Amino acid sequence: MAKTKTDLSWQELEIGGIIIHPGNAAEYKTGDWRSTRPVWDTKRCVRCGACYIFCPDASIYETEEGYFEADLYHCKGCGICAHECPTQAITMVEEEE
Amino acid sequence: MGKRIGLEVSISAAEAVKMANVDCVGAYPITPQTHIVEHLSELVNDGELDAEFIPVESEHSAMSVCAGVAAVGARAFTCTSSQGLALMNEIVHIVASMRLPMVMILANRSMSGPISIWNDHTDVMSIRDCGWVQVFANNGQEVFDHVLFGYRVAESEKVMLPVMIHLDGFILTHVIEPVEFWEEEQVARYLPDFKPTYPLHPDRPVTMGPLGMPDMYSEAKVAQDEALIQSKSEIISAWKELGDIVGRYYKPIEAYKTEDAETLFITQGSFGETVSLVVDSLRDEGEPVGLLMDRLWRPFPFEEFRQAVGNARNLIVIDRAISYGGQGGPLAIDVRSILYKEKNQPNITNFICGLASRDVTIDDFKNIYSKSMEKMKTSPREEDFEYYGIRGK
Repeated sequence: MAKTKTDLSWQELEIGGIIIHPGNAAEYKTGDWRSTRPVWDTKRCVRCGACYIFCPDASIYETEEGYFEADLYHCKGCGICAHECPTQAITMVEEEE
Repeated sequence: MGKRIGLEVSISAAEAVKMANVDCVGAYPITPQTHIVEHLSELVNDGELDAEFIPVESEHSAMSVCAGVAAVGARAFTCTSSQGLALMNEIVHIVASMRLPMVMILANRSMSGPISIWNDHTDVMSIRDCGWVQVFANNGQEVFDHVLFGYRVAESEKVMLPVMIHLDGFILTHVIEPVEFWEEEQVARYLPDFKPTYPLHPDRPVTMGPLGMPDMYSEAKVAQDEALIQSKSEIISAWKELGDIVGRYYKPIEAYKTEDAETLFITQGSFGETVSLVVDSLRDEGEPVGLLMDRLWRPFPFEEFRQAVGNARNLIVIDRAISYGGQGGPLAIDVRSILYKEKNQPNITNFICGLASRDVTIDDFKNIYSKSMEKMKTSPREEDFEYYGIRGK
């Protein structure tokens, strides 16, 4: 993996701080902004994928069984998934650490 | 050699912009810059200059237009004065940090208020720390030459920074002077096409001007400062080549009759020409006096400045701007700081004068010289600076 911005010295930055590699926002772990995290109840989940579609940070992925989980390195805990879930299968749980 | 014709300095500046074959002019009229953009709009309208002329609704937009133009790899020009510069201030800083090359002429005018359309350097000093390459032109010919020089330096792969050319409003912009135009062939030899490393283009997407989080903002700023510091060698070689082509050689610090001079005047802009006459006259009277004109303002040419000061014992720094509550005019503050490490520091007196085009005549400068000599004899370090010619002071 390329160096993240945090590791770069001033000499290594592109001219004018330009970003030439697309998609590097994924390198920025926004998960530590979170105060609550989404927890799925697979008994209620109908695997519609609404949470996956609505997630503004593309941090929900589909499991092998067709259910959904959050990528906690990037999930900011905004709760949009829980709000949009048609079967109320997602609960936002307080982060205790 | 190109044709030599008498023209208003603003018109010849616009003709130089035409010779630089700019792709876009984004500008808003403001006194005393107006004639420059007016003439450019005529050149575009008459088909003499194949460029977009974008008459924007504010200077903030003028500089934003230039940012976009430079980002795609085209050649941008704008010019403004005082309040216009204040309004575009945000983008002036941003284009430097984004390393977008362009040329802007600043027709120097006082910052209001009181409301003033006249000339001094209070606008220059308001953006001293904006990160642009900044040069002072002292007459019409120098303005003409420095437009072409500006693009040459700005677009150099080693520099990639915007260049600002300072010329005194009215005193230069509205004066008719003989100016020698360049031949097309000379421009072609001096100024290659602009080829940026990362032009904004749909086929090669990049993100320009992204957020700089605290963990990389400082590195980005150091990279920017290093680029400005290192631009000096390219600036010097661009002046050398300009001289080889048109026969006029420019230096970061221009020296006039400094040999064996015990006292040196230090000026910026058109005052240099007046003070050169003062030096002639004082030399005739047997006074060992010379003149240093600061041409390169940023990056400041420390080494050249120290060499130019040489063994002079007294320096008279002329400022045309105020650093409110500071230790003198901005030029004097820099001069004192630069010479701090010298073992034999010269005495420095500082006069702030010529605000809002108030005349400072040859006699006034002689008076400043006498005042300075008195201070040097008695208490050169007592006063940091003096406002010259103020009623009631």
